[in-house]
Amino acid sequence: MTTEAIIELRGVNKWYGAFHVLRDVNLSVAKGERIVICGPSGSGKSTTIRCINRLEEHQAGDIIVKGVPLDDDVRHVESIRRDVGMVFQQFNLFPHLTVLENCVLAPMWVKKMPRAEAEAKARQLLERVRIPDQALKYPGQLSGGQQQRVAIARALCMDPSIMLFDEPTSALDPEMVKEVLDVMSDLAASGMTMLVVTHEMGFARRMADRVVFMDKGEVVEIAPPDQFFDNPQNDRTRAFLGQVLSH
Amino acid sequence: MSVSETTQERVAPIRPTQGPVAWARANLFSTWYNSLLTLLIAYLLARAIPGIIDWALIKANWTGDAAACRAAGGACWAFLAEKWRFILFGTFPDDQHWRPTLAILTMIGTLVLSADRRFWGRPLIYIWTVGLGFSALMMFGGILGLDYVPTELWGGLPLTLALSIVGLVASFPLGVLLALGRTSDLPVMRGLSVVYIELVRGVPLISILFMASVMLPLFLPAGVSIDKVLRALIGICLFSAAYVAEVVRAGLQAIPKGQVEAAKALGLGYWQRQRLIILPQALALVIPPLVNSFIASFKDTSLVIVIGLLDLLSTAKAALTDPAWRGFYKEAYLFVGIIYFLFCYALSRYSRHLETVLGQGRRR
Repeated sequence: MTTEAIIELRGVNKWYGAFHVLRDVNLSVAKGERIVICGPSGSGKSTTIRCINRLEEHQAGDIIVKGVPLDDDVRHVESIRRDVGMVFQQFNLFPHLTVLENCVLAPMWVKKMPRAEAEAKARQLLERVRIPDQALKYPGQLSGGQQQRVAIARALCMDPSIMLFDEPTSALDPEMVKEVLDVMSDLAASGMTMLVVTHEMGFARRMADRVVFMDKGEVVEIAPPDQFFDNPQNDRTRAFLGQVLSH
Repeated sequence: MSVSETTQERVAPIRPTQGPVAWARANLFSTWYNSLLTLLIAYLLARAIPGIIDWALIKANWTGDAAACRAAGGACWAFLAEKWRFILFGTFPDDQHWRPTLAILTMIGTLVLSADRRFWGRPLIYIWTVGLGFSALMMFGGILGLDYVPTELWGGLPLTLALSIVGLVASFPLGVLLALGRTSDLPVMRGLSVVYIELVRGVPLISILFMASVMLPLFLPAGVSIDKVLRALIGICLFSAAYVAEVVRAGLQAIPKGQVEAAKALGLGYWQRQRLIILPQALALVIPPLVNSFIASFKDTSLVIVIGLLDLLSTAKAALTDPAWRGFYKEAYLFVGIIYFLFCYALSRYSRHLETVLGQGRRR
């Protein structure tokens, strides 16, 4: 990488008991870069991005986010989480709070932002994800696609410099996938650093700067999308692409 | 012709759905064993009711003294007419009985206001501060020209309410902390909470009350003594905290893991996560069982008799020891039984109502 890395994973290893989930994962992400991570289920791709904001702990190797090492120091973890937004497969909106309250909660409590300012920002971001008129509804009253867009707006309210997406469209009905991918594409076009775990190969081809293929806890191949899809180097990558692209 | 006729033929056969006959058929005689039970119960009622009416109304004595009562042979309501103030208020000074009355009404009012979901949240704190503060002022006195009444003179219904309501309010935060401790990631916190909860749930309330009353003073320096009512309160509070903890833990475990993860990912710290995300959802789930455990602890307060406090049940017992009025157990226990029933029944209806209302909220 010519530019300075905003996320640096060096020799990251993780075990669940005896099961070796991550094996020497190395990855360096530059500021503004869009990375798509794909691979068969159980390949460790979700675990990898969940390690970046310490939802999972790695047991060996180094993870450095914006120069801050992820270790047992709670202050390091908290400062990284403040700067890294995350969108989950199951949305994980807070069901007892309205859409607007979901969005202003973290800015108000973590950043001590005044309510008026937080609400103005939240409304602006809800507009950006194209649901400005749902602000006072509860998550349970929205469709899956709308909920996921709220989840994106909620993460953006913290002004993160990095966004992690953990299979953001996997729990959606097919007709709602596009509205979420459109919002993500807008975000990518705005220069946000993004790590996206997804099976949406079309999105990967269009938006990614680099595609990472993982299998059995290892990074098998990292390549720009053209090369990755048209001329994969590794047999396992070819086998995987053969399966996901065949239909 | 055919159109209207076919529509008419398709109407379901008409059966009476209203009126006493339909009601009886639906509720009393729906199956052969229901009919049998109905007849059996009707027979038992027919046997019992005349006797009860005879005792409670016809042969009853409403005025006069014990001798007149014994002569009449029925219920002696004159006993209650004579003793109801003692049963309700214990040894609280006679001329001050308006004070515990106001305290009781305030506490009931506080409970009724807390039942209204519109007040849930911050207003509840104000309601309880004012309610408990005013009740305490009425009971203690000592300022604003009111005579000071020490807790040794408290008794009856205000004492029962004070023990159960203050016990509830004080045990609730402790119970929530214990539940958080038991579900915590920190082994020491978890261990301590588990030991406390299992220890307390493993012994009867009566032994905790004895310990609070007999053993606590042994640990205090000579000359320092804790008020008897306060000691009972501490015992009740420590006891019910363990039960509250288990109820709250059930709620905590019902919250999906994704909620914690989303809160962590947003940068919220442990206490912020619990306070803003987890507890509001978990507590809403367990309000009905919490009301039930409050009903249980309301009745459990009658055990304070073992450490010599005159709660509602004890004052009824004490009223029976008056040599002039010995032997009117039925009347005394019926009276306090009805009072206990009114409180517990209201609470249990409320808990059922909440289950319906909150259940609807979740379905939506």
